[in-house]
Amino acid sequence: MAEPHTIQVEVVSAEGEIFSGLATMVFAPASQGDIGVAPRHAPLLSMLKPGEVRVETPAGEELFFFVGGGAIEVQPHRVTVLADTALRAKDLDEAAALAAKQRAEEALKDRSSHISQAEALAELARAAAQLKLIAKLRKVRG
Amino acid sequence: MPGTKEIRAKITSVKSTQKITRAMQMVATSKMRRAQERMRAARPYADKMRSVIANLSAANPDYHSPFLQDRPTVGAIGIIVVSTDRGLAGALNANVFKQTLLLMREWQDKGAAVKLCLIGAKGMTFFRRLDTPIVANVSHLGDRPHVKDLIGTVKVMLDEYSDGTIDRLFLVGSEFVNTMTQRPVVTQLLPVAEPPAEDLQEHWDYIYEPEAAQILDALLMRYIESQVYRAAVENVASEMAARMVAMKAATDNAGKLINEMQLIYNKARQAAITKELAEIVGGAAAV
Repeated sequence: MAEPHTIQVEVVSAEGEIFSGLATMVFAPASQGDIGVAPRHAPLLSMLKPGEVRVETPAGEELFFFVGGGAIEVQPHRVTVLADTALRAKDLDEAAALAAKQRAEEALKDRSSHISQAEALAELARAAAQLKLIAKLRKVRG
Repeated sequence: MPGTKEIRAKITSVKSTQKITRAMQMVATSKMRRAQERMRAARPYADKMRSVIANLSAANPDYHSPFLQDRPTVGAIGIIVVSTDRGLAGALNANVFKQTLLLMREWQDKGAAVKLCLIGAKGMTFFRRLDTPIVANVSHLGDRPHVKDLIGTVKVMLDEYSDGTIDRLFLVGSEFVNTMTQRPVVTQLLPVAEPPAEDLQEHWDYIYEPEAAQILDALLMRYIESQVYRAAVENVASEMAARMVAMKAATDNAGKLINEMQLIYNKARQAAITKELAEIVGGAAAV
């Protein structure tokens, strides 16, 4: 278990673990103002704004992590920062969703457009199969 | 020497094909390792997210998020299909598509409409031949898919769910069992299955900023996105493993082919020499 004056901190994002270790103090950009979390802080759950999370380690070091938003969960001996890897805002997400829809529509429209790399590779596979057949025929004849 | 020239040309051509397949095999091997690492890296986030959501929903039994509630009637379902962008990966995509078609048939028999969301170019080429509406698509994510490339696509489906145009959301993708085995799996994304109660260590009386309901919904949304992200990364690992095996088989086959053709070539060459000698000897004897 954690020492009396430290708190276990984990900063994780969907694409990987960013930090895991002990800290004497954690600062985070909560959605309604920056917060500082000391060991034995009351349980708290908050969303985060884009900004930096600062972790003070027992060795006196200061570590900075940029988060694009996310959430923070505080338990008396544990802080979990669930960081977003991507910057997100309502209208940004909306635009991305719209783009995804458009891509689907466009892909449905031009059914026979450019030859992609995938098709070229399939061509290669077909050629290899043909070679095999030719070889077999040759063997039968020769 | 009839035929020997053609055989020689074929041997050269098979050799160059073999070079390509061998290179692809090696590239797939190293990419697979990196994809596996990314799969591992994504695990802590999903685990943490799950435990926070479990704590949160246990602390707020009176708030029922629409993401958690089972709808009594299912009029339509959404399916997110994760496929690869490129071929030459054995039966990987075919298995996923088969599984999807089975799922579609199952729900269509129950009278539910189906809406598709496709991740990967191969899925698009396959499913656009069907009459099923495709509402969102993203492809060419590369070997390192990023969450930010998936947000929009997932949001389309989440919106459909919130609007009530779909009542259930499924995810079909490949599960990376090991290098030799990849299995198509169907996961239900929405409504989110309630986290089992024994997962909870303690009940926390949280202070919320802003409100519990908002936080829960935001977390659930991210949780679903992280599941789709994991599926995309796992799909890359599966793709590379499948391609590695397929290309190894192709390289071996090319090797066998070259040996066979070399034998045919040698025989033809020897026959030609023997014939020539016989002609010379025959000619000398005639003199």
